[in-house]
Amino acid sequence: MTTYTAGIDVGSTYTKAVVLDDDLEMVGRAMRPTGFKLTQIAGETLAAALEAAGLPRDAVRYTVATGFGRHQVELSDVQVTDLTAAARGATHLFPGTRTILDVGGQTMKASRLGVGAKVKSFRLNDKCAAGTGAFLEKTARYMGFSTEEIGPLVSTSKDPIAISGVCAVFAESEVINHLSQGVAPADIMHGAVVSLVGRSVQLLRRVGLEPEFTLVGGILRFERMAAVVRDQLKSDVNVAPGDLVQFTAALGAAILGQRRLQQLGDAAVA
Amino acid sequence: MAYAAGVDVGSTQTKAVIVDEGRRIVSRSLTMTGANVIRAAEEAFQEALRSGDLREEEVEYVVGTGYGRYKVTFGNTQVTEISCHGRGAVHMFPQTRTVVDMGGQDTKAIRVAPTGEIVDFCMNDKCAAGTGRFLGAASSALDIPLDELGPTALRGQRPVKISTTCTVFAESEVLSWLGKGKKIEDILLGVHQSIAGRSTGLLRRVGLEEEITFTGGVAKNVAMIETLQHSLGLKVNVSDDSHYMGALGAALFALDHILTARHPAKTG
Repeated sequence: MTTYTAGIDVGSTYTKAVVLDDDLEMVGRAMRPTGFKLTQIAGETLAAALEAAGLPRDAVRYTVATGFGRHQVELSDVQVTDLTAAARGATHLFPGTRTILDVGGQTMKASRLGVGAKVKSFRLNDKCAAGTGAFLEKTARYMGFSTEEIGPLVSTSKDPIAISGVCAVFAESEVINHLSQGVAPADIMHGAVVSLVGRSVQLLRRVGLEPEFTLVGGILRFERMAAVVRDQLKSDVNVAPGDLVQFTAALGAAILGQRRLQQLGDAAVA
Repeated sequence: MAYAAGVDVGSTQTKAVIVDEGRRIVSRSLTMTGANVIRAAEEAFQEALRSGDLREEEVEYVVGTGYGRYKVTFGNTQVTEISCHGRGAVHMFPQTRTVVDMGGQDTKAIRVAPTGEIVDFCMNDKCAAGTGRFLGAASSALDIPLDELGPTALRGQRPVKISTTCTVFAESEVLSWLGKGKKIEDILLGVHQSIAGRSTGLLRRVGLEEEITFTGGVAKNVAMIETLQHSLGLKVNVSDDSHYMGALGAALFALDHILTARHPAKTG
């Protein structure tokens, strides 16, 4: 009989859930905006992932929660940090991963891995929106674009305009100035991406730049984003296809669930 | 009678003040800066002329200040807002030694000599944390007009502790406190305390010396005055013209110019 585990990643902006079978194949996944009722949204997202997999609620043997809201996930058996979960997910997708860049809605994390997908060192920014997805979302919103339009918008730009300000709030006046001088929104958005990536490369340098690099987090699902990272790092980077890049930590959490079950089983046999 | 004017083009609002030879304020005006900075400066000046019942020729000298001071195309010269706030504050409250100016996009701490000259200053203009924008974020998150923030916050009994630094994240923190069932007045009191704490830090960096004068648009906010005094453990001076202080300082510099030009021997 197949044993299923679930990983739930309650991020600051989106909650992601993954259902995994014991061959580590993803059988269902779902994503919902996090909002403020964390316990409730975690339950709803997992239910949606189970529905996508065509499985009943009791099919899942073990649930691992991660992300900033992991302690609010009442139905989880254990919680792990998002660094641990992302490391596990990234090495599952790209076994050669040594350095991970995770850009979320309200945090940016750089981590370097040792043997066995263990996090050896990490640095994070969770104090200032300048280096996070919120910076891009704000910039897009000042120009009347939604988050989903960021990728397509940037892909039409040839030349990024230099964004000199740091603060995501003050970016508004800079954006308005550029617009009033006739700069195309695509070039402004591209400039914001270059600025954000510049910040992330600084963070990566502090943990040490060791290839292979794997990108994690919703913002990095835009192809141009990864291209800018590649450009600034002067190195190839791994990016999971499609929206899988957003599910990396949830996937890692579900994998950790499978390992835990195995350990528990071995212990029971012993 | 000669008149002098100061036009303070701030990030959010543009202010104009006209003074007479006796350094008395004859008129003042305020307009939103918006995207067309040059026009905002003109409008503010024209409005001040109208309300003072003056013709443009009667104003002999105009000084521009604020971040948009070089957009005051009709201005004779420009002076930094640091100097103007110091000058205006000392004019209103002669014992002023430290000025805290809270505007829409930055907070400044300024130490002044008894003459009104600047001794030292510190400002937060790289990051919106602890500036008027922090209040703006709370206002939009809670859907409460800016001018009701202060009175609402003063009703707070048990302030929440705002833990985020970034204004962007504070907006979500405010909403999450609301989601946890906290009262709006307690959340707002917490927001004011957080800004007061940051401003106190800035003031300590220039050295706190009494008297302290609080200027800028945010000085209109009663809860900000209260939480700032509490955080400093000291009283602060607040004038009814607090947000005209930069424009007033600029007008006084303009008047200096007129008087000096008239009596060149007295300079030096």
